[in-house]
Amino acid sequence: MTILTEGKDGPVILSPDQVEELGAALDALRARVVDDLGERDRDYIYNIIKTQRGFEIAGRGLMYLGFLPPFWLAGVAALGVSKILDNMEIGHNVMHGQYDWMRERGINSREFDWDTVCPADQWKHSHNYMHHTYTNIVDMDRDIGYGILRIDEAQKWNPYYLGNPLYAFLLMTFFEWGVMLHDLEADNIIKGKRKWSDIKPLLKGQGKKAGKQVLKDYVMFPALTGPLFLSTLAGNAAANLVRNVWTYSIIFCGHFPSGVQTFSKEETEVETRGEWYVRQMLGSANINGSRLFHIMSGNLSHQIEHHLFPDIPANRYPEIAPEVKALAEKYGLPYNTGRFSKQIGSVWAKIFQLSVPDRFVKRAPKPGVIVMRNRKATEVGV
Amino acid sequence: MVGLIDLVQTLTTPHPLDRYLELVNPGLTARELRAEITHVSHAVPGSVTLTLRASRQWRGHAAGQYVQIGVSINGVRHTRCYSPIDPESRGERYLQLTVKAHPGGLVSNYLHANAKPGMVVDLAPASGVFHLPERRPDKVLLISGGSGITPVLSMLRTLDAEGYTGQVTFLHYARQPEMVPHRAELSSIAQRRANFRIEYRYPVEPGTVIDGETSTGSGFFDYDELERAAPWFADAQTFVCGPPPLMRAVHTIFEAEGLQDRVLSEEFTLTTVPADPSEATGTVTFSGSDVAADNTGATLLEQAEASGLTPEYGCRMGICFSCTATKVSGCTRNVRTGELDADPDKPIQICINAPVGDVDIAL
Repeated sequence: MTILTEGKDGPVILSPDQVEELGAALDALRARVVDDLGERDRDYIYNIIKTQRGFEIAGRGLMYLGFLPPFWLAGVAALGVSKILDNMEIGHNVMHGQYDWMRERGINSREFDWDTVCPADQWKHSHNYMHHTYTNIVDMDRDIGYGILRIDEAQKWNPYYLGNPLYAFLLMTFFEWGVMLHDLEADNIIKGKRKWSDIKPLLKGQGKKAGKQVLKDYVMFPALTGPLFLSTLAGNAAANLVRNVWTYSIIFCGHFPSGVQTFSKEETEVETRGEWYVRQMLGSANINGSRLFHIMSGNLSHQIEHHLFPDIPANRYPEIAPEVKALAEKYGLPYNTGRFSKQIGSVWAKIFQLSVPDRFVKRAPKPGVIVMRNRKATEVGV
Repeated sequence: MVGLIDLVQTLTTPHPLDRYLELVNPGLTARELRAEITHVSHAVPGSVTLTLRASRQWRGHAAGQYVQIGVSINGVRHTRCYSPIDPESRGERYLQLTVKAHPGGLVSNYLHANAKPGMVVDLAPASGVFHLPERRPDKVLLISGGSGITPVLSMLRTLDAEGYTGQVTFLHYARQPEMVPHRAELSSIAQRRANFRIEYRYPVEPGTVIDGETSTGSGFFDYDELERAAPWFADAQTFVCGPPPLMRAVHTIFEAEGLQDRVLSEEFTLTTVPADPSEATGTVTFSGSDVAADNTGATLLEQAEASGLTPEYGCRMGICFSCTATKVSGCTRNVRTGELDADPDKPIQICINAPVGDVDIAL
């Protein structure tokens, strides 16, 4: 990492020693949490699972009263909450291996699958591996724009991006399908970089998983409500939509609000542990909120903590956040956080701004951080 | 029943039905085998006898086989292998385990201190080749030491229950008489059956009197002891289970007699020599966790743990397969047999395999 852009008060400069100090402090924090894992974390995740299953059963049950609008709405809400909890606080976190230490059959990253059309193994590849390893490195982290959107200035504009807001809206609406297709790397298929043999097994897995999800939500449960078939079908579709809009919004707040930095392949080529931590901190953003808000966002409202420690149980993020923030302050690093409306607002503003060529948009200066990678001051020009 | 479970599971997809049922009652499962503890006895100091009622998936055990028990301790599920001590059965849903609280034994101490009626534990189907053959041998010699008594006790009780008419000698080694579990039961078998000979040894200096019983012979297993206890041993099927010195003594004698085919043994501890660390080369990569470390020559399980990972394991001696993981690439050495294996993408037991050079494990 070298110089990015200069902020209002000039760039923050971190010496190699400071970077390693920060890395050691974060390693120590991690070790402390890992040592302390136990019964409390087990109880937490099982309570969330019980709650989720409760909402699921309530949601399915309420559909039998779907001919009465308030019950239909309550059913959609309950099922929506169930799917959000399943995907975020349970699925996302379990598949990160956060609860693997429990060695429990039902809650480990090898076996768990979630209530969405994307197969767990494909998501673990595109998310746990590609996104978490190459976080915010342009042309490496495929979450930057998902191969569809222009979400970073470093992506070169072309007329296709005039449709940016529309693509974003469609991605939000059909988010679970977008997540499913993510690992196919459709843009690379069009460019001829991927062969049929690369994607065939992926398509097969997707067909199998999506088939079961569709059968459950759009055939079997509606059929079980007999004459209410269409009402239940619509209710289940609405619950999936609620989940899609919510997860999209939370996830886009994690890396795309203003103030979040991206990196180039060159500047991140050989990273130390400390430099990796700094990249994760600069490339992520949090959302302020209540305990309930954090649970409903799968604690991805603590995206910074999640990116520093992706395999620590999510219920620990709120606990360690003050310490992470204090470390950021100590070293003068930005700790990007804000209320939900501010973060999601800035995401959408970016989506609109980046749809047109750069010369039409006046941009505020971004805060800059200089991470000196070796003791030669000339490297970064200071 | 299976068809119905499949149908219901289409509705609970992608979660198995058991993930719902266990939240209502951990003992109620559609597919998974579990057991509820119904009775706890601390009759023998330092050990606990548990009576378990298995869920309906239980298929019984052959005398001498072991089961795996899983319990959650401080949030982590630990599994261990124990041999049921009751006679073999096919229809019964009850089984009994005697667990000795080994010093430093996490699960055994936990069960000793915490097992209570109503507690539900994970259970795996009985397995292991250390068991009586379907067609019972004409003569049976059972030798055990310490907690190795459990599988042979099941054999003895099975033969008793079947009204076995052949010759049986049971020779058990313990520290003290009160450390022998189920003595009353053993005495009653010995009283009822003239063809069952049951003897205990408390290896101390010859002639020492303990609890009114005088120790004979050297106190340890040797040829004279064998001749005395079962002069017909060459015609018998012998089963031995106990600490490594006892097992070695038995195997040495049987090999010298050319009778190694007539003895079956079960080890309760892994006695292997890891490779010389100075000779270990290459890098061990745990590709699922993005962790890599220099090969130390220890087993993959030990190296994974040294790298901060917490893979699943059970027996740590190659019998229970809890720790099976996929070897992506590289060559491994089975520390029990010395066998080398260089096949890529192959499931291996990481507790008994050590890397030879560069190895990649999907952990």
